[in-house]
Amino acid sequence: MFNFGRRAYLLLADSTIYDGYSFGAVGNAFGEVVFTTGLTGYQETLTDPSYYGQLVTQTFPLIGNYGVNYEDFESNRSAVGGYIVREWCNMPSNFRSKGNIDDFLKKQNIIGLHSIDTRSLTRKIREIGVMNGVITNQDPHVESVKQELLGKVFRFNIEQSVENTTCKEIEIYGSESRKYTVVLMDYGYKHNIRRELERRGCRVVVMPANTKIDEILSYKPNGIMLSNGPGNPEDNIEIIETLRAICKTNIPIFGICLGHQLMCLAHGGRTTKLKYGHRGANQPVIDLQSGKTYVTSQNHGYAVVGDSIGKDIGQVSHINANDNTCEGVRYHNCNAFTVQFHPEAHGGPLDTTFLFDEFIERLTKN
Amino acid sequence: MPLRNDIKKVLVIGSGPIIIGQAAEFDYAGTQACRALKQEGLEVVLVNSNPATIMTDKAMADKIYIEPLTLPVLRKIIEIEKPDSVLSTLGGQTGLTLSMQLAKEGFLDLHNVKLLGANPETIHKAEDRQAFKDTMEKIGEPCIPSKVVETLEDAVLFAEFITYPVIVRPAFTLGGTGGGIAKNEEELRDIATNGLRLSPITQVLIEKCISGWKEIEFEVIRDRKGNVITVCSMENFDPVGVHTGDSIVIAPAVTLTDREYQMLRTASLNIINELKVEGGCNCQFALHPKSYEYAVIEVNPRVSRSSALASKATGYPIAKVATRIAIGYTLDEIVNQVTGKTFACFEPSLDYVVVKFPKWAFDKFVYAKRNLGTQMKATGEIMAIGVNFEQAIMKAARSVELGIDSLNFPKLEKIETNSLLEKLPEADDERAFQIFELLKRGISTQKIHDLTMIDIWFLEKLNNLVKLEKWLSDGKLTQEKYDIAKKFGYLDDTIERIASQNLNDVETKTAVFKMVDTCAGEFKAETPYFYSTFDKENEAKEFIESKREKELLDLRRNSNALGIQKTQDDVIVKKTVIVFGSGPIRIGQGIEFDYCSVHCVWALKEAGYEAVICNNNPETVSTDFDTGDRLYFDPLTKEDVRAIIDTENPYGVVVQFGGQTAIKLTKHLVEMQKNGYTFKILGTSADSIDAAEDRERFDEVLEKCEIPRPNGFTIINETEALDAAAKLGFPVLMRPSYVLGGQNMIIAYTEADISEYIKVIIGNNASSEQNEKTLETKSQNPVLIDKYVIGTEVEVDAICDGTDFLIPGIMEHIERAGVHSGDSISVYPAQNLTTKVKETIIEYTRKLAMELKVIGLVNIQYVVDRFGNVFVIEVNPRSSRTVPYISKVTGVPMVDIATKIMLGATLKSQGYKSGLYPESEYIAVKVPVFSFEKLQDVDTMLGPEMKSTGECLGIAKNFPDALLKGLVGAGYDLEHRSINRKTGERNGVFISVRNEDKKEIIEIAEAFSTLGFDLYATSGTASILNKEMIATNSVYKISENKEPNTLTLLESGKIHYLISTSAKGRIPERDSVKMRRKAIERSICSLTSLDTARALAKVLKSRKTINDVEMVDITNI
Repeated sequence: MFNFGRRAYLLLADSTIYDGYSFGAVGNAFGEVVFTTGLTGYQETLTDPSYYGQLVTQTFPLIGNYGVNYEDFESNRSAVGGYIVREWCNMPSNFRSKGNIDDFLKKQNIIGLHSIDTRSLTRKIREIGVMNGVITNQDPHVESVKQELLGKVFRFNIEQSVENTTCKEIEIYGSESRKYTVVLMDYGYKHNIRRELERRGCRVVVMPANTKIDEILSYKPNGIMLSNGPGNPEDNIEIIETLRAICKTNIPIFGICLGHQLMCLAHGGRTTKLKYGHRGANQPVIDLQSGKTYVTSQNHGYAVVGDSIGKDIGQVSHINANDNTCEGVRYHNCNAFTVQFHPEAHGGPLDTTFLFDEFIERLTKN
Repeated sequence: MPLRNDIKKVLVIGSGPIIIGQAAEFDYAGTQACRALKQEGLEVVLVNSNPATIMTDKAMADKIYIEPLTLPVLRKIIEIEKPDSVLSTLGGQTGLTLSMQLAKEGFLDLHNVKLLGANPETIHKAEDRQAFKDTMEKIGEPCIPSKVVETLEDAVLFAEFITYPVIVRPAFTLGGTGGGIAKNEEELRDIATNGLRLSPITQVLIEKCISGWKEIEFEVIRDRKGNVITVCSMENFDPVGVHTGDSIVIAPAVTLTDREYQMLRTASLNIINELKVEGGCNCQFALHPKSYEYAVIEVNPRVSRSSALASKATGYPIAKVATRIAIGYTLDEIVNQVTGKTFACFEPSLDYVVVKFPKWAFDKFVYAKRNLGTQMKATGEIMAIGVNFEQAIMKAARSVELGIDSLNFPKLEKIETNSLLEKLPEADDERAFQIFELLKRGISTQKIHDLTMIDIWFLEKLNNLVKLEKWLSDGKLTQEKYDIAKKFGYLDDTIERIASQNLNDVETKTAVFKMVDTCAGEFKAETPYFYSTFDKENEAKEFIESKREKELLDLRRNSNALGIQKTQDDVIVKKTVIVFGSGPIRIGQGIEFDYCSVHCVWALKEAGYEAVICNNNPETVSTDFDTGDRLYFDPLTKEDVRAIIDTENPYGVVVQFGGQTAIKLTKHLVEMQKNGYTFKILGTSADSIDAAEDRERFDEVLEKCEIPRPNGFTIINETEALDAAAKLGFPVLMRPSYVLGGQNMIIAYTEADISEYIKVIIGNNASSEQNEKTLETKSQNPVLIDKYVIGTEVEVDAICDGTDFLIPGIMEHIERAGVHSGDSISVYPAQNLTTKVKETIIEYTRKLAMELKVIGLVNIQYVVDRFGNVFVIEVNPRSSRTVPYISKVTGVPMVDIATKIMLGATLKSQGYKSGLYPESEYIAVKVPVFSFEKLQDVDTMLGPEMKSTGECLGIAKNFPDALLKGLVGAGYDLEHRSINRKTGERNGVFISVRNEDKKEIIEIAEAFSTLGFDLYATSGTASILNKEMIATNSVYKISENKEPNTLTLLESGKIHYLISTSAKGRIPERDSVKMRRKAIERSICSLTSLDTARALAKVLKSRKTINDVEMVDITNI
């Protein structure tokens, strides 16, 4: 009657076990367990490459209500390591829905877990911090199974995340007749960054993350966009080198999320791992210049250490109203500004899309 | 910059009496506002005519005026108090409209009063139809396309432009006659031709028909810096077409993709930015179910019912934040009380869903049209929180007090499928249950969707419940079945009933509690706000334990400082007391019980106890998470309450202040005590409550006390009823035995009345209690039939500690017994009782309180016949409707005293003597307020069944002034001049009374005639009056088919007052009912009791207006 699927479990690094059921693909999914508080936008979450290697927990209990459509993807495939919800909806309803989330996860080979107390899990992560875990069908209540799985949980590490999410070849969107050419460095970019640029008359050249400066410049870009992406920013040594070179040109640069962090590292600043990150569509960010607060979409586990950026190099332009962490930097020594949050939204509020306009203004001025 | 330094003294305007569409939510909002202002150290002057509110409590403001909410009153108060600002956006539409009028006429400027919260331009843009349309057009937000046309061809052209279907609305036809929905040109030509013909100015509005679109709301907050956030989104279960106040609502919106959600969210932000609202605002949208097309339906630039709901749904205190914004703060400066860490400038995230379910009064208004449309009809609502929709709607079903514990609605089981299907497109109050019934019969969700346009998502969820119930009733009850049923919100008893098996073979579960924390668990919160579900962790328990630990630590630290060592066992921690609330606001159980519950909580806290509230009404102060030490937002049923008690392990529980809702829990609580629970039921014992409610036992009590009551019988069918009536002699009073307080009560004057009534009570118009009975026993419901004693009704609220008793005041009703006490004008202190009668009443009250061993409050109603004999009508050993107003006027804090008595104090120890409290030098007149405009086909004639939704108070040093204030406050258009100011014609009084009243009317008619009014009457009454030399114009009855008849006279504009009584009423087809309805439509002051008419004539005779009477600040009483 009410078929919940196969029994499945979440085993955390601290040995906590949550008993649930499988949905989506079946098997063992190791990853870093995080939670996101967005009420809508599960499709965007599932296809946001920044979630690479993570077991994503939705705090909103009813997921899949409006089904799955092909238009709201933020990348071509889901990069999440696993997906954890309280309840998924097998009878979705929306005029654009083409199927349910279970089928989507199966197609994308994403292992899912449902019917666990996601609030309990969220509170645990909040108190202890993000930790590794595994979604599994093997019963971790059996001690030997648990020990075996825990070994792997401990060994799990998100590695080569940008390499695994960036495009393999250059992709060009729009003809040369467009007013501007913008190179979008793909560290695992969300498609709406490209769409926002295209919407503003840009020809967008999406480049693999490791593209070198000469090739970038060969497209004579009016501006360079540094995308979001997964993982520890410090892992990307070569990319940071390239960024240093880009900064020496006077080309306007706009960085988002990982792009923001990499810029900071390229300027000798530091990044730090947050206890449990900011993931959701309700994060308040204060624009220090205007004093106004904006509600933003966010998805990051690392943050720029504001103080690590020298006064002569740049200044913190935005902070998070909840924990005062750095949310944006304006650089003095190059034509760049970067933000930690996601002005391209999808999912989340569209309140800061004007930052793309500012970027375009910089292109025009240049 | 925080607080503006040019604000020191703020006038807060409340929303006045509770009416449909403007209810307790504004007490909640106003109370939050007053508290926020006081916390800022500002002086607060409050005006609100509603005495049953918390906000009119002495602690809430520095100066409190319980005065009519009219312009002259406000002008006077501003002149007296000289506030520097007025807060306009927290008192509903009433407060807002009055503030705007004061601003527009220049009065505020003249007196240097600043308008806080809204400016006239904002309000104009939001409320004026054209200005609103222009504003929306300017910012590119679509409205519902419409155009006024005067020819058929224009109608067709415009319809083609906006595409079919279209709605045709003829101008100036009452109730929209001649309008309709046209799906194509042919239909439009038909309807528009007719509409143009019927419209007196040959004008129709052609509007795009968007019924069936999704209805989505956003609550938005903005500050003067331009910071703007949305607090909550809400989706209506019923699509556009049903007023959001009458719709089941779910929060957050569930069927929108992020793209649709953000589109509407951004639109809300654009709108509030353009309107430059500083504070809260509600934006309603219609969204096409199959495209991105949407239209802005309405914008409310103030706190509203929806914002109260959004506040409770998220934990974000909108009214408090809006108030702070109004006095200068910005969102980034206001700390989020819930987390204590984050700021108000963030959007709440939910990890549960909320279902709001409306409460209608159709059980009282059996002949009212039950169909739902653009006019709101619900009197109240409940909210339910669950981790899934099924759980939340199941909680909602049992919270709304329809006597059901699931979506199965007994009376629908008998109705044929086809009739149910036919009813579906026309929404009525039972639609959700009809859908459930149809799904049970195998009708597909698609078919129901086609008929209702309700989103498939909701229908599938309901279908899940249907599937579950089928599964439960099929074969053995397994653990798996049980677990899923619990997950979906079923009570153990319900599972047993549906499965027709007991739960012996399954491991039963007790609910645990999760916290409402505004942030979906992202931050550690300290909100003591919980809801139940079935998981492992109990956050409420954790919360209590950590609080205890902290207390212990503090105690030890202190003990150490004193050099005293104490073991943990020696340390006494605070005792916990749970207060059960009163559930949804409905006729007969209104805001006054919330007032009592909140006061009980405050008194408990003051006495050093931990006070816990359990209630499910999102509109109230009691469900504000910082009212008690902890709030449980859950249904008030046996199992729900048990789970709370299991978690709280309280010292005691209180049922006395939550009206019948809480009292009904008593038997379950007693059962629990028998099963080993150690908590005390504080106050009057369960046995005494039963003794007062059970007719036989109550008769014994009366006999023992030698107190007379009207003779009566218990009957179960028509024959017995007729027999009894013959023995007692007409008129007789009839009511169901299982309820007190006038539910389904009528006076029968003839045998025909008895037959009609018996049909109502055992026929299809089932009341909630009947549903309950059907559930519990399936037995017949006895009906009580009593001799109706004609006389003065007197009401007493008393406090008793077991030894002494205190009567703060005796109230006398202006209307004779027979009109429900809640619908009568009540006067304190009683004006017409002899000392002897008063003494008898005091003595009877003492005897009853002692015999029933009342500990706390008791309410007793008496009738005094013309010989001075005193009879008891009923005794309610609990708080009552009149407690708030008597407390305020006498200065006796009744609930506080009663609470302390329940905890062991005495009246003496609190400084009160036994007996009647010295009378106040002020006279207070409580006048009932009705919502008849909102309810079609309801007879306005007052009777034993309560019809009023709210009340207001008039306070003055003499009776006529107090009554004048009361009547003005209640909306009576008092005109003592004989010439109509607008038309220059003479004002008329139209009299049509039943035969029994014809003698008595003479004196009243004469009074009006002396005042200079023209009198009109139907032939019988006219000839009697003319015989008495009172010149009266004769008018034809409707049935006489001649002009002028009663209806055309009422339409003529000549009539200012209608005095109408009739032996029979209720049924809408009757002439007398039609006449009274017409008077309501034409806003004619309608008096349905001779006593009210006489009192009114007395007030008019004084020839005073509200300008001539003194304003009273009750803090000085």
